[in-house]
Amino acid sequence: MTWVNAVVQGIMLGGLYSLFATGLSLIFGVMRVVNLAHGVFTILAAFLALVVVEHIGVNPLVALVIVVPLMFAIGYVLQRSLVNFTLGAGVLPPLLVTFGLAVVIENILLKVFSADSRGLDAGRIENISVRLTDWVAVGWLPLTIFLVAVFLLVTLQLFFDRTMFGRALRATSDDPGAAQLMAIDTRHLYAVAMGISLAIGGVAGVLLGVRTTFGPLDGSVLLIFAFEAVIIGGLGSMWGTLVGGVVLGIAQTIGAQLSPGWFQLSGHLVFLAVLAVRPTGLFARAGASE
Amino acid sequence: MSMLEFEGLDQFYRDFQALFGVSLRADEGEIVAVIGANGAGKSTFLKTVAGLLPSAPSTVRLDGEPIGDRPAYRRVGMGIALVPEGRRVFPSLSVEENLRVGGFGKRPGRWNVGRVYELFPLLGTMTGRPAAVLSGGEQQALAIGRALMANPRVLLMDEISLGLAPIVVKQLYGAIPAIVADGTTLVVVEQDITQALGIAHRAYCFLEGRVSLHGRPGELTREQIRAAYFGLTP
Repeated sequence: MTWVNAVVQGIMLGGLYSLFATGLSLIFGVMRVVNLAHGVFTILAAFLALVVVEHIGVNPLVALVIVVPLMFAIGYVLQRSLVNFTLGAGVLPPLLVTFGLAVVIENILLKVFSADSRGLDAGRIENISVRLTDWVAVGWLPLTIFLVAVFLLVTLQLFFDRTMFGRALRATSDDPGAAQLMAIDTRHLYAVAMGISLAIGGVAGVLLGVRTTFGPLDGSVLLIFAFEAVIIGGLGSMWGTLVGGVVLGIAQTIGAQLSPGWFQLSGHLVFLAVLAVRPTGLFARAGASE
Repeated sequence: MSMLEFEGLDQFYRDFQALFGVSLRADEGEIVAVIGANGAGKSTFLKTVAGLLPSAPSTVRLDGEPIGDRPAYRRVGMGIALVPEGRRVFPSLSVEENLRVGGFGKRPGRWNVGRVYELFPLLGTMTGRPAAVLSGGEQQALAIGRALMANPRVLLMDEISLGLAPIVVKQLYGAIPAIVADGTTLVVVEQDITQALGIAHRAYCFLEGRVSLHGRPGELTREQIRAAYFGLTP
């Protein structure tokens, strides 16, 4: 039964990983850009929530109301003022710029908040659980995080399929040049996509801060988890991202069941195995691997 | 005053000059054919009109207003739509989604999804099919329908016959009278001279980035066209 419990906890953890990964996947899907600063922005959101909680005294989950729009605005401005200028000149310029951005933000966070680990206290929800069987229980918080991840993915999927703006994003992903001929301002569209990406990263960051401790230097680890979830699931696939996160989460919790030191290693091994057997991921979107 | 005017239009790809002082005009409701051999600058010209390539503001005018520096997405809102060379439909979107994206600018006019299906009934039978799996002719019809969804005043068509069977080309050209029925101006770039001159009110021949001949198709002789097309001395 301990193995069943490990799998269930892995699924819950995978929900959080898929939240990290969704923003990364979205930006790759729309712009073919890997945002190396995505993990650091997730951590930035956790620190923003910390500031809101300390100054206003609200529950961190209520702080989402402020943090998520703020992260959207940061994403929009970042794209319009910086990342847009790196597009169209190959894969290297956006990689270098987002890498540099990650270093700068990481150091600002270190300077302002020091290297100490912090946490966000969401109150009772952190300590209550629902018992599935005599041997398996799921905490309300991990369950809530998983459900939030599923809800966001369903919403994003509906947004892409049913709204004019979502279709425009998919069209731009297919052919940015032809999209301009449809009256689509691709610079604005990319900025909105980056805003959505960081807003989801904002949700992930706050929920991460509630679930565990975080520090200014944790962004790179989050980026690796997000990257692994995206690759396992398949580049450009939203639902693949959820499956990728869940596979990574299960691999880590089963690894930890074997030996506590195997938590991260087992996740990396599964990632490498998927890369070796199916390099395009489990649910790669056609053309995304090009 | 002409609806669409070009005066001394130059165009460059970095150090390479593709167009040399091109002057051309198209009146409201007119069909203008731009013909020429491969590499004559026809597609560069259309990309410049559509705004995919920037130019000096005053070299391109719509209703007398200089628009040379306006980006492509703004020109669609002003009523200029391009059916690009190679069709460039959005492969992952369905037929209907392609058409709806064509209407992204919400420019008012007579064209909507239903009207496009009336014009190309075959598209109406495959609304949910991804554009990637359509045949070349179906994709071309979709590309034309998608451009019409922008309700253009000026429709630019770049080599719509390229790579298609003669019967399909005939069907596509058969749709043109319905397209221009409400006074839409049409600029057609073609290598298929017979098709282009068969529908045009006015024709321009390009040679190495310059206008080598222009006039009404009925007034141009075969020898004149051949000389202008291939750069032969008459």
